[in-house]
Amino acid sequence: MQTHLLEIIYLIGSITFILGLKMLSHPDSARKGNLVAAAGMILAIVGTIFFYEDADHNKLGNYIWIFGGLIIGTVAGFFAAKKVQMTAMPEMVSLFNGMGGACAAIISIVELRHFFHHYNETEILGSSYPLLRGDIMTMVLGLIIGSVSFAGSMIAWGKLNGKVKDFAFPAQHIINIVLMIGVFALGGVLMFSGITAAYTWMYLILFVALVYGVLFVLPIGGADMPVVISLLNSFTGVAAACGGFLYHNSVMLTGGILVGSAGTILTILMCKAMNRSLLNVIIGSFGGSSTGSAVAGAAGDIREITMNDTAVLLSYSKKVIIVPGYGLAVAQAQHVCHELEKALEEKGVEVKYAIHPVAGRMPGHMNVLLAEADVPYPKLVEMEEINPEFSSTDVVMVIGANDVVNPAAKRDTSSPIYGMPVLDVENATTTIVMKRGMAKGYAGIENELFFEPKTRMLFGDAKATLQKLVAEVKAV
Amino acid sequence: MEQVLLFIYDNREIITIVILSIFLGIEVIGSVPSVLHTPLMSGANAIHGVVIIGAIIVMGKAEPDNYIALVLGFFAVILGTLNVVGGFVVTDRMLEMFKKKKKTN
Repeated sequence: MQTHLLEIIYLIGSITFILGLKMLSHPDSARKGNLVAAAGMILAIVGTIFFYEDADHNKLGNYIWIFGGLIIGTVAGFFAAKKVQMTAMPEMVSLFNGMGGACAAIISIVELRHFFHHYNETEILGSSYPLLRGDIMTMVLGLIIGSVSFAGSMIAWGKLNGKVKDFAFPAQHIINIVLMIGVFALGGVLMFSGITAAYTWMYLILFVALVYGVLFVLPIGGADMPVVISLLNSFTGVAAACGGFLYHNSVMLTGGILVGSAGTILTILMCKAMNRSLLNVIIGSFGGSSTGSAVAGAAGDIREITMNDTAVLLSYSKKVIIVPGYGLAVAQAQHVCHELEKALEEKGVEVKYAIHPVAGRMPGHMNVLLAEADVPYPKLVEMEEINPEFSSTDVVMVIGANDVVNPAAKRDTSSPIYGMPVLDVENATTTIVMKRGMAKGYAGIENELFFEPKTRMLFGDAKATLQKLVAEVKAV
Repeated sequence: MEQVLLFIYDNREIITIVILSIFLGIEVIGSVPSVLHTPLMSGANAIHGVVIIGAIIVMGKAEPDNYIALVLGFFAVILGTLNVVGGFVVTDRMLEMFKKKKKTN
């Protein structure tokens, strides 16, 4: 009876995941979609704890351990997620993704050990019988994918919060391909080996998969981290599905595969937003070793502008477009930016925001940050829509953005970002670039825009500068 | 060869679910606006936290004297819960902002 009930609970869980993902992809229903999926998840967890029976109708035990783990995880996860700054959101997602990957890998290790132990003891098959079975295969796959996802996510997390630097090593592509083939080959070896050697192979697989996860993400440039996180996200989905296969658990299976396929599509959509192929991201090691050529190309004089001139220029414009970038987010300047927008609107200036698809650290990240500062939705205009408007714009304010306004992406075929769609800010009458200094953007290349005759530079911390600017604008 | 066929036959239902889910996943998010890429990724991240169910089963099945399984299972439950709870809460926080902005209009 109870197992029948559990199957129905799992079915409901699966439906909530499908509905949740569907609702998450529409702005009006997104929040509700997240809650629907969360409700389904709680139902599935509670159902498993109380109704699960294995093939021999044994119920689960160790309730103290289970609830202890659930409580610790809930409290830690809740506070970590509540406390995190909006700017640190991407690395938080990466961290949680790594936790899921580690969870899948641990499940595989425990189940494999259990299986080896069981077969060793009963000796039904003898100690040299090959472990060529479907369930072993899924456990090994779960171990490999989960470990790669865990190690990779940890590196991505470290890169986004600046603890881990881009690191290119000689023959990295060859080493990585060898490692990838090697880890799956080891999985094959385990399945054809006898039970006695299987433990060693299992730990070797774990080790190689972790090393591969680290080396896979390490050379990929920071600018491509969102794509990598999204890819690792779908990996973890597949690892979870492996667990579903093992336990014949429908909700794990549908949940995992859904995320696996939706995550892959999302990864491809993100790549498209940057006009690059997934293969290019993975083997390209963007921003790593191949960027030397562009440095020589752009040089010349820059023209600075004073705070006062900026305020006057802005106040007497008809139309101003603000291009926010990660620099704005880091300085927590989104609220002051909104104040500037309001101050200018009071003077009758039309203000809009140009949102590049990958502005910030993730697609859509900038929208989230500006929404946090109460910037009205219609003011956030996407790249395709706003690009024709630049030619009729008086002043473009580039705040802490760099690579997304680099005209080299359109002109310079040797540039590593050539082909990436960028905002056509150089078409405006004047462009004011607000920056901390002449540091390069995340792609690690020079920006020709800064040397254009129509460009003015306003150096300083985005938040402090904007605060002064708001005061100046109000005084004009 | 026979073994492979037998394996596929034995798991035909699961394989059907997998294939249908792959197409469903593609269809479901096919037309997502780029504004929602980050929340969607975060939401999907929370959903693969369903791996927690595997962790609960591992934990619940561990024999009381099998300390390695107990400790590993315990860690798995904590990590899985972190993924689920953290994932959904972060996603909700992101989407909360979209909603607030809507009201002001």
